[in-house]
Amino acid sequence: MSEATLAAARVEADDVRTETRVARWIVIGISLLFLGLFLVLPLVVVFVEAFSKGLNTFLETFSDPDAQAAIRLTLTVAAIAVPANLVFGIAAAWAVTKFEFPGKNMLVTLIDLPFSVSPVVSGLVYVLLFGAQGLFGAYLKSHGIQVIFAVPGLVLATIFVTFPFIARELIPLMQDLGSSDEEAAMTLGAGGFTIFWRVTLPNVKWGLLYGVLLCNARAMGEFGAVSVVSGHIRGLTNTMPLHVEILYNEYNFVAAFAMASALATLALVTLAIKTALEWRYGDELAASRRH
Amino acid sequence: MAMNSPRLAVIDCRIKETPMEISIRDLAKDFGLFNALHGVDLDIRDGELLALLGPSGSGKTTLLRAIAGLEAPSRGQILFGEEDASLTPVRERRVGFVFQHYALFRHMTVAENIAFGLTVKPRALRPTRADIAARVADLLKLVQLTGLDRRYPAQLSGGQRQRVALARALAVDPKVLLLDEPFGALDAKVRKELRAWLRQLHREVGTTTVFVTHDQDEALELADRVVVLNNGHIEQIGTPDEIYDTPASPFVYEFIGDSSLIPVVVGQGRVWLYDRQVPLGLDVVGHGPAKLYVRQDHWDVTAPTAGLVGIVRSIVRSGAGRRIEVEIGHELAVRVDLSAGRVVSIGDRLGLTPKQWRLFLADGQAVSPMPAARSIAAGIRH
Repeated sequence: MSEATLAAARVEADDVRTETRVARWIVIGISLLFLGLFLVLPLVVVFVEAFSKGLNTFLETFSDPDAQAAIRLTLTVAAIAVPANLVFGIAAAWAVTKFEFPGKNMLVTLIDLPFSVSPVVSGLVYVLLFGAQGLFGAYLKSHGIQVIFAVPGLVLATIFVTFPFIARELIPLMQDLGSSDEEAAMTLGAGGFTIFWRVTLPNVKWGLLYGVLLCNARAMGEFGAVSVVSGHIRGLTNTMPLHVEILYNEYNFVAAFAMASALATLALVTLAIKTALEWRYGDELAASRRH
Repeated sequence: MAMNSPRLAVIDCRIKETPMEISIRDLAKDFGLFNALHGVDLDIRDGELLALLGPSGSGKTTLLRAIAGLEAPSRGQILFGEEDASLTPVRERRVGFVFQHYALFRHMTVAENIAFGLTVKPRALRPTRADIAARVADLLKLVQLTGLDRRYPAQLSGGQRQRVALARALAVDPKVLLLDEPFGALDAKVRKELRAWLRQLHREVGTTTVFVTHDQDEALELADRVVVLNNGHIEQIGTPDEIYDTPASPFVYEFIGDSSLIPVVVGQGRVWLYDRQVPLGLDVVGHGPAKLYVRQDHWDVTAPTAGLVGIVRSIVRSGAGRRIEVEIGHELAVRVDLSAGRVVSIGDRLGLTPKQWRLFLADGQAVSPMPAARSIAAGIRH
């Protein structure tokens, strides 16, 4: 057989195994086009706009006390909401995967509620509950506690919206792992806390970290629900996304995009950490799934 | 794998305790409407190797988990010696449980896995670091995994993982060792090697051991006694010889070994297949339909002048000899093992006479030939 016929045979074998070359490139092309158009381009625009008046103007945005307050507030809210959801997520995943109880399916469905409901509605719910005219409004007012248009409201709304991230990451993982590791530890004499700390937690640590990263990204970036309960008081209840909106509405485009670029950077850093972890601990991740 | 070495290290730090029987009294377990176990009574002797054998759904794993305390019984008692274990929580029961898929802690090394049960002891009872290390080294030697202490479970073969799980369970000096389908996840060759090894390990360590299996060869080859379970109750308890040679119920006959069921009718002191008399060689008292079981290696094959006459329908190779199917009635064929020298071909007419058999009458009573014939057969099996 000549070399040409051999090559032809190889191409034919290729065609048999996969789709034709044209189909392959069309599918790849569509994916790349969408990615470029809807993800990469906007991201680039944010940074280009932010630096359009030079580095000094960009940096000036962050010397504004209101901007600094917004950044501080965003970090504070995330620092409360993420640990709260960490505790809730672990508890919920544990309950769903290790125990049988009435209302279990209900709980699993309800965990997803914040994903399916509009964030604006979530915010409104808190206004209806804790606002001046709300259900607990009179009680809170008589005790001098302000929830709505104050930091507690922001924290509550953020917790609500970011609620599913950690639980959603853990439940399938823990269902997949089953209970036999915990049962083995139990027969070996370990107590509840020891089992959790030395067996369960190490088994789910990567899933947990994923959940925390995603939860954190959303906690910092949340706009809708936070916007409703915030009251937009500059320097007091404005988080970074809300501050971006205010700057934009004041036609202060450079500052708005500078602030937005800071948020985008946070998102990119989150992604980078996630990728770095996958790369660094990829073997261990694969091993723990394979076993 | 250095599996064939007959030498095993003896753990010298073991404290031999007074003999302890495990008694199970009227144990039942329901999962909602499903009765996994109904009223099981069983005595497990000190130091014995006991097999729980049954098809899936027979309740054997539920029984094992109940002994461990991993399932709370719906009714009944489990006694460890004099003490009612149902009142003892799992972590204080001191049972060594080896899970079907081993449940090794994947983020711990082999050594850390084995040491786990010792490191979680309350501070006052915990051995020193050096004692734990020495114990782990002893156990690694016992399960022939010396040198693999720093590996992670994912870096071990199935058989090695199994032995780590065993060592981990033995580390806490269990009162009883419970193994759930110990060889279920292994391939056939490793399975056979590990069987012999486990037998040896049991002899060496002496811990009362109960294992669950659906593989009759495994149960008969390995266990001192076999418990056959079906639909949540015990069909028969006995030595492998008793189980194989004198199955107590039609279920055990069908489940253990390869045998043919011949639906017969008892009348006038004889056993009949249609209008033909089955040559059983003894009188049977009773009346009505009955089930006759004959193992495929328990037939005398003769010329078609004696016995049940049938026509050879198929011939397949089976080990050294051949297995034939002989049609002895309408849509009724029996399987017969032929010895190596014997030559038959499809369509041949043969006479079949059962050498050993068991007849289950409609009232549940069982009839067999004289015990003398059995003990000869049992002698041959050894």
